[in-house]
Amino acid sequence: MKKHVERPKNLKGAVDHQAHLTSENIVNNPWRALRRYTDARIGLGRAGVSLPTSEMLDFQLSHARARDAVKLPLNIEKLQQQLAEFAPALPCQPMALHSQAFDRTTFLQRPDLGRKLNDISRNVLLKFTTQQEGDRQLQYDLAIVVADGLSSIAVQRNVRPLLDQLIPLLKKQSQPCSLAPLTIVEQGRVAIGDEVGQYLNAKAVLMLIGERPGLSAPDSLGVYFTWEPQIGLNDARRNCISNIRPAGLGFDVAAQRVLYLLKEARRLKTSGVQLKDRSHDKRLEAFEHKRGRTHSFLAKPS
Amino acid sequence: MGQRYRHQVGSQTYLFKNLAQLMAKATPLRSGDCLAGVIAESEQARAIAQLTLAEVPLTDFLNEALVPYEDDEITRLIMDEHNKQAFATIGHLTVGDFRNWLLSDHVTSDVLASVSGGITPEMAAAVSKIMRNQDLILVAKKCHVTTGFRSTIGLTGHLSTRLQPNHPTDDINGIAASLLDGLLYGNGDAVIGINPATDNVAQAINLLHLMDDVISQYQIPTQSCVLTHVTNTIECIEAGAPVDLVFQSIGGTQATNASFGFNLATLAEAQSAALSLNRGTVGSNVMYFETGQGSALSANAHHGLDQQTCEARAYGVARKFNPLIVNTVVGFIGPEYLFDGKQITRAGLEDHFCGKLLGLPMGCDVCYTNHAEADQNDMDNLLTLLGVAGCSFIMGIPGSDDIMLNYQTTSFHDALYLRRVLGARPAPEFEQWLDKMQIMKSDGQHLLSSNVPDVFARALHAIGGIL
Repeated sequence: MKKHVERPKNLKGAVDHQAHLTSENIVNNPWRALRRYTDARIGLGRAGVSLPTSEMLDFQLSHARARDAVKLPLNIEKLQQQLAEFAPALPCQPMALHSQAFDRTTFLQRPDLGRKLNDISRNVLLKFTTQQEGDRQLQYDLAIVVADGLSSIAVQRNVRPLLDQLIPLLKKQSQPCSLAPLTIVEQGRVAIGDEVGQYLNAKAVLMLIGERPGLSAPDSLGVYFTWEPQIGLNDARRNCISNIRPAGLGFDVAAQRVLYLLKEARRLKTSGVQLKDRSHDKRLEAFEHKRGRTHSFLAKPS
Repeated sequence: MGQRYRHQVGSQTYLFKNLAQLMAKATPLRSGDCLAGVIAESEQARAIAQLTLAEVPLTDFLNEALVPYEDDEITRLIMDEHNKQAFATIGHLTVGDFRNWLLSDHVTSDVLASVSGGITPEMAAAVSKIMRNQDLILVAKKCHVTTGFRSTIGLTGHLSTRLQPNHPTDDINGIAASLLDGLLYGNGDAVIGINPATDNVAQAINLLHLMDDVISQYQIPTQSCVLTHVTNTIECIEAGAPVDLVFQSIGGTQATNASFGFNLATLAEAQSAALSLNRGTVGSNVMYFETGQGSALSANAHHGLDQQTCEARAYGVARKFNPLIVNTVVGFIGPEYLFDGKQITRAGLEDHFCGKLLGLPMGCDVCYTNHAEADQNDMDNLLTLLGVAGCSFIMGIPGSDDIMLNYQTTSFHDALYLRRVLGARPAPEFEQWLDKMQIMKSDGQHLLSSNVPDVFARALHAIGGIL
């Protein structure tokens, strides 16, 4: 979905945009041009202390669109096609699963059902692992699980480009990573990844899930990592990388962070609170000598 | 123990097996309690439970722990540190009498403050369940709680805001742009607080320096906070970063907090570390807590309690550590816990009341998500009700749209609306600063300047293309 309002990114845009707002009853904010740095709704201007009419109605339109986005179902055939190219790196084609929340309304009101696989899906996974065990006891290093969560748009747009970056990295590193079958869960919540990981006999699970849609960002993808996934773990055992999307955290950086988490988890044999994300620490050391990065346009270097 | 609580209506006897069940069934309807399976089975059953609860002596809450004493350090905290002397004033009352007492003319702000330490979180939760919205507002308004660091928060007739300049990639100039927008709209006197998109120690230190530089350069009488895990903040302090406030999300059971990755000892260690920096000027309240109904159930750690009772127990945790601000993030958790505007409104008023009654500097993130049945009009209503109730602070964010956390909360404009309709003012130190900086006059009208104040105009001019 295209962003509905062209946000002025430069002074010219700001001036143009404000031209039709000009009114004796509105105080405009020249710092609106700072939108070159952010999508936040800064410099809205004011009528008295209140929002100008156009800004107020613009917000209502954004909210209406976000409400509609929550209800949009995942196009699972299309997603399977998008992910089919990864098949050579995986044991089989992506597997489609479903939680116990049979529709969107149930999903929204019953998070407990969104955290559990339905019987058919559980049997699919158990059947798969039983067949594999016919040869030998298989354990995978990592299971990648995709779930719609609260935004199918996030999954539809961002899973493929993230995996384009991540899967080659996983195969290339010094300790190559064996991948379990890719799974796609409809009406799924974060914790369902742990159940999938447990049934697939995976040492770690990576859950790629649509985050709650915001007014300005209906397509944020979240990634949750669990070492030794099993049913019943809580959030303290998970690491999260949030807001992965073209206008948010880039796919390359997100992929590097996943790799870092995986390496650290293998070393420490744990995940979550015990495994802090220090993938930036080396960059920090560089900044300690040159603290330029923390200085915004607002503050002079001290 | 058998069926301890009973109520007879005609030939029908209603039985409640314990205090926890009675509390849950007396709770006004909300989706999280349905999800937990603890809600009353009918409207009548709820009304009967409220009648039954009204007859329960307050002393029962000292004799029956809702979460076992042996299993839960928060129960132990509540029981072991209960102020019996303060309780003596109300010790003879039932829950129903307690409501009457709270509303009565002779119970003034001073009386409430003197009794606060004798009220347990469960007593506060119980009485709130049999109070109407107007009762919650009236009593909360009588509770005066004042705290300080570089600004004073909670004075009567003042309303503060947390300036929340979040950015989805923590872009330094993106954060600064929202920060400036907020300051020029007279926001930020409770705290300038960033939810980091990248949650690690290195990033927290970067953001702490960003805010410290701005606060120092413009000599803003406020405090900064990076809303990262308490253990990260401890590491920031050890690394010499300029930490004003320690943040943590807290819940009302030990198991909830374990799922958040901390315990009471962790909070004590962090408080001590922050106090050692001695960075406050008008006070030494160094903790910032966030709470919200539903967190215990979400962590599968609610022990069969209703979500509002769990929430009140979180305030029992908060008051141990003399926080500068406590914020109930009421609509953030989503419709599975608070379904619509009506449930969010009720919960916001309950939380503010319980927090204030227990002596906390209570504010509210008046908010909703895009998957909840709520909109801006619901937020206008709750915002106004909380303002009338004397809420200490609200959030302030550009145009209500948090582009990092993806939810809607109150805007800089909303804060100015509320101050104007109530005649409320910013924190006194901050009000003086706004006047000095030519942002807002501190006369009776509190009009914003139509021009960009000189000192900020220079900063905008320096980056080129603006002004």
